[in-house]
Amino acid sequence: MRAITMDRVESTRQEILNIITSPTLTHEQKLTNLAGQADSLLEVLDLPEGLEDLLAPVEGKQCICDLFEGHAPMRPRYIVPDYEKFMKEGSKFLQLEAPKDFFEALNHLLIMYKHVPSITNYPVYVGALDKLLEPFIDEVDEATAKKFIKMFLVHVDRTVLDSFSHANLGPEETKAGRIILECEEELEQAVPNITFKYDADVTPDAYAIRAIQTALKSAKPSFANHKMFAGELTEDYVIASCYNGLRYGGGSYTLCRLILGNIAKRAENIKDFKDRVLPYVMDIQARYMDARVRFIVEDSGFFENHFLAKEGFIHREKFTAMYGLVGLAEAVNILMEKEGKNGRYGQDTEADALGVEIMEQIRAFNDNHDAPYCEATGGHYLLHAQVGIAQDVGITPGTRIPIGEEPEELIDHLKHCSLFHKYFPSGTGDIFPVEVTASKNPEYILDIIKGAFRMDLRYLSFHDKNSDVIRVTGYLVKKSELEKFKAGQRVLQNTTHLGTGAAKNGHILERKVR
Amino acid sequence: MDRKGTRMKKENIKVPVNRIIPFSAVDGPGNRTAVFLQGCNLDCKYCHNPETRALCIHCGACVGKCPAGALSIVQEPTDTMGAKKSRVVFDPAKCVACDTCIHTCKHDASPRIQWMNADEVLAEIQKQMPFIRGVTVSGGECMLYPEFLTELFAKCKELGLHTLIDSNGMVDFSLYPDLLAVTDGVMLDIKAFREEDHVRVTGSTNETVLQNAAFLAGEDKLYEIRTVVVRELFDPAEVIVSIAEFLRPFTDIGRLRYKLIAFRPFGVREQYQIYESPDASYMQQLRLVALQAGFKDIVII
Repeated sequence: MRAITMDRVESTRQEILNIITSPTLTHEQKLTNLAGQADSLLEVLDLPEGLEDLLAPVEGKQCICDLFEGHAPMRPRYIVPDYEKFMKEGSKFLQLEAPKDFFEALNHLLIMYKHVPSITNYPVYVGALDKLLEPFIDEVDEATAKKFIKMFLVHVDRTVLDSFSHANLGPEETKAGRIILECEEELEQAVPNITFKYDADVTPDAYAIRAIQTALKSAKPSFANHKMFAGELTEDYVIASCYNGLRYGGGSYTLCRLILGNIAKRAENIKDFKDRVLPYVMDIQARYMDARVRFIVEDSGFFENHFLAKEGFIHREKFTAMYGLVGLAEAVNILMEKEGKNGRYGQDTEADALGVEIMEQIRAFNDNHDAPYCEATGGHYLLHAQVGIAQDVGITPGTRIPIGEEPEELIDHLKHCSLFHKYFPSGTGDIFPVEVTASKNPEYILDIIKGAFRMDLRYLSFHDKNSDVIRVTGYLVKKSELEKFKAGQRVLQNTTHLGTGAAKNGHILERKVR
Repeated sequence: MDRKGTRMKKENIKVPVNRIIPFSAVDGPGNRTAVFLQGCNLDCKYCHNPETRALCIHCGACVGKCPAGALSIVQEPTDTMGAKKSRVVFDPAKCVACDTCIHTCKHDASPRIQWMNADEVLAEIQKQMPFIRGVTVSGGECMLYPEFLTELFAKCKELGLHTLIDSNGMVDFSLYPDLLAVTDGVMLDIKAFREEDHVRVTGSTNETVLQNAAFLAGEDKLYEIRTVVVRELFDPAEVIVSIAEFLRPFTDIGRLRYKLIAFRPFGVREQYQIYESPDASYMQQLRLVALQAGFKDIVII
């Protein structure tokens, strides 16, 4: 382990004291932040030369961001346990046999959630709840089922303190799924985030409408293009965290992101960006991720010792990692300006074509980089359109069009999305607040989803512009909780803090209403 | 010329298009492209888009008022002996949609209309595929252009699109069987039931409207009926009950959608902004009246 300076130790000590005395952090939030400070003092990773300069957190200059994963990752960033196996077999470590009835099934899941780690210390995936509960659903009458599912969902919302936690539904219609959708419409909660895997050939229209009605009220579920994900990741895929496509029983070791706008600033022109600057940064990010992956697999001891791995709820061979990017919009706009051109990303054909060329180059790079321990995804990382973090200023998530510059007509916005969604098997997505008139016509939304998925869009979210629960970038917050936090009160969920930053820096409350 | 030639099927005719809304959530089921044609044959006091009523007379009053320079006057030769006439020309690229021209116009017209044929309108509709399930043509009064509708809808049907007409019912639908054959349904205004009420609201009698309602119901082409509720102009409850009795012989009115629209002053000409907007509780009372009359699919707006 490499030495560090006393200055760094002193500044970390000050940070630790700030966390301990913070008036707005809850106890759990303090513990998480303290752990982050502890591991920030370590220097054990084999870092590529040139990384430090690209990673330095200087606003407007940082080119690579490792999203708070710390200096010595002790577990994969995202973990996707095989909950079906748990429901069939129970767990020795948790001293639980397989659940015998509906009530035990709910209780088992709540217990398991407290033992699934992640970057946030909360489970980023809580299961395909419809499929997990359907075998038990007819043991009780519907009113009882609904009452207990509602209690279960409230329990999750108040104890899994993070809306990166994600449940999946569909594409098949189930009674359990319908009850969950009804409950979420009534509860209007931020946690868990929910994705509905939609396949027009499998999902009945009436069931999709049921899901849309819930989405308009509570900003979830979002809709994933089931055929597209299944084609890339096999049917054994899940949507976890914000909107991340991952293998079931696996997960993602790490996620780092290219900040493309800042990378473009270092280039003379488009040619220089493509020939010199971008390849240099892409290579360093890839090798940085390689080092993180190797530490988790070879040194951390996670896969040898954690009960999830030992009991076969996760398999190292099903893990991959996510090669992320943000700010394609800024990169394109900066490069167009350097070429003396006016066209802007999302509004101009030439600018959009440049965006596609950059994405093709990133895809080609990733396809040629041999990633360690990623046999689950062909020995390569998966591209990911990262949704941004609260601190991002002037950085648009993934390949989205900046808020305030969206095309006048939704059709043009969707066509733009169709150029870019296909590059990201490990996730991308766009968010559309809609007018009340659309809320009265859920078939309107269904037609858009059907058309979108035929046009290679991957992932769409809708909510009524007036709803309390809204989607920030990928995760959910309640506007009423944002107000409390802004007024200086403690709030339960970590993501409310992030949402406050995103509202200020990312203008997420100002999206164009459709 | 053969016998067919003497009938001269009108094709490729151009119609005045007020606007095309690519995605509409409020003009029928699902997501639809809505096409609004210019010109109307009624004069409803509560009309909320009076600028769609008439065709531009090229007086030029709006040209100088346009802040974006999107309007200009050109001199065009007429057919006769080189005489020239003025025309107001609109440049959509410059328009900022501020509506100043519409507010300036004293003739219930708009200088922003585009004359388009069925192929041109179809090209605009196709841009939205596969995101839309259908097309709704409205107005103004789109039944002033039945040949255009027939041609457009026939082409829409080839593309698998659902087709709806939004009409005030003043043109006799039974005269256009070819159009009905390519039309999935009509959304029909029944603005009042008693003749004197209809005259008060619209300036015209409703004999053709009711005849159309019965005809379309019998043909299973009546997708929806609607009434704008203005208590000062007629008794809304009586209208609902009368329509139910009138249509019962022709269709199962339980299957018919009835849309009751509360009058709102937005867009209405100044001299008619005198009516009260009925509140939500009154509209709910009307829902009950409609339910008792036998309607089941009632939409309050």
